[in-house]
Amino acid sequence: MNLPVSQAGFLVTDLVKAIVAERDHLSEIDGAIGDGDHGVNMAKGFNLCAQALGTPTPGLKESLGILGNTLMAGIGGSMGPLYGTFFNEMADSLDGVAELDAPAFGRMIRAGLDGVLDIGGAKPGDKTLLDTLVPAVEAFEAALSAGKPYRAALDDMVDAARKGRDSTVAMIAKVGRASRLGERSRGVMDAGSASCCIILETLAASVATKLD
Amino acid sequence: MNRIFNDPDLMVEDAVRGYLKAHQDLVSETTNPRVIKVKSAPKAGKVGVVTGGGSGHEPAFLGYVGEDMVDAVAIGEIFSSPTAQAFLDAFKASNGGAGVACLYGNYAGDNMNVKMAIKMAAKEGITVKTVVANDDVASAPKDELAKRRGVAGEILMWKVGAARAAEGGSLDEVIAAAQKAIDNTRSIGIGLSPCTIVAVGHPNFQIKDGEMEVGIGHHGEPGVSVMKTKPAAEMADMMLDYVLPDLPFAAGDKVAVLLSGLGATPIMELYILYDRIAEMLGQKKIEIKHNFVGNYFTSLEMMGATLTVMRLDDELDRLLARPARSIGLVK
Repeated sequence: MNLPVSQAGFLVTDLVKAIVAERDHLSEIDGAIGDGDHGVNMAKGFNLCAQALGTPTPGLKESLGILGNTLMAGIGGSMGPLYGTFFNEMADSLDGVAELDAPAFGRMIRAGLDGVLDIGGAKPGDKTLLDTLVPAVEAFEAALSAGKPYRAALDDMVDAARKGRDSTVAMIAKVGRASRLGERSRGVMDAGSASCCIILETLAASVATKLD
Repeated sequence: MNRIFNDPDLMVEDAVRGYLKAHQDLVSETTNPRVIKVKSAPKAGKVGVVTGGGSGHEPAFLGYVGEDMVDAVAIGEIFSSPTAQAFLDAFKASNGGAGVACLYGNYAGDNMNVKMAIKMAAKEGITVKTVVANDDVASAPKDELAKRRGVAGEILMWKVGAARAAEGGSLDEVIAAAQKAIDNTRSIGIGLSPCTIVAVGHPNFQIKDGEMEVGIGHHGEPGVSVMKTKPAAEMADMMLDYVLPDLPFAAGDKVAVLLSGLGATPIMELYILYDRIAEMLGQKKIEIKHNFVGNYFTSLEMMGATLTVMRLDDELDRLLARPARSIGLVK
């Protein structure tokens, strides 16, 4: 494999394409128990990022930093600070890192997760994006510990992310606006867990294109 | 949907521009298009008073920027928290060197963005302290006060905090007054029709014709019960029955009452409610020393009303009575 961090800015442009493509789908999921603007806001933020990235796309560290800052400054709500922190912490984890090998990828998503845990105050089971992110990061780390190759670890991460996303359907929202719905929030997927799953799937697919 | 707009995605931008043109004698823009301030801010040596929140609640939040009221406001998308950057820029716009009191409502997005903005402000040497409003009795049980949302009681909190700052109070004194204000304030809403974010195009919750939702939140969050719409007097009694025992308010108390429409409510109907509320408080020997009836904190074109009652001591009474001028509230 050969994935220098300085050449991996395409991971971020791929994320922009994926989120913008899922704009209406994410809003539709959000409409069931939220105010139906999750896709609109996410697409708005990621489009702002595309403009800020310019061409040629900078390296991965710079691109993730630009994504984090545009989300933070551009979309507000809960998703601005949560995803803004997620991508900024991922960017910071790449300080002095030359190659996005499996351990570096693992440290990157762990840093993103820790940032979200710090700012958000939610925990797994609360019907949030953490229900996707926590098992996904843990699955990637477990796969590496078990000696699995990079591609298999990415597959494990995506599987765990999808299971985590789907697990939110049966949950009652404990934080955020949907928590007011109590029992009525059950039976519907959490929109943040869905967008988080798209992000992880896209990251994995983009990295996999560079693996042997 | 039959509404007034140009581009649904730019309604906040368009409205803020109009607001600035309409009220240029009192407020002015800042370097951040999502922050406006009272023209006289920052005042050297005075504690800056900042709030912020989603749009769609006008005159909240921007309408409470004024003389001896809120100094600067962070403006979010419709029903969505302002960004951390907007809160930070509002802190800067109001900072006269004596620190900033950020008085806002308990919502997940606002909590996160304010928390981040405070960290950013600290790096720039600005001290910010907060009071988080949680006056909505329907949003969580009494033993989970920290989970309750802030609603129209925020207006009384801003008035009190801003008056204490205008008196020359220190940051800690402003924060203490605002905290006391919200701790003594309880609110409840009743919704009779839903509201629609134009960019979404349809209501994100439903209230059937002929029914009312007691305890509805400011974004259509479900309330505590749905029932057939009652006559105004019964509605008023029901609202008091939620609000009064919660603090609890008692005979001999002096209070401020704020009764706000939710956007589509005829003002006439608010007075029909107020008539009964004032009568019932009188019967309970609770004295209304200040009252505010009108559209103070709305939810787009929702039909309904929120009742807010604040128990006063001498300090809260004095601070509420202090003259102030903003578009949303004049005293």
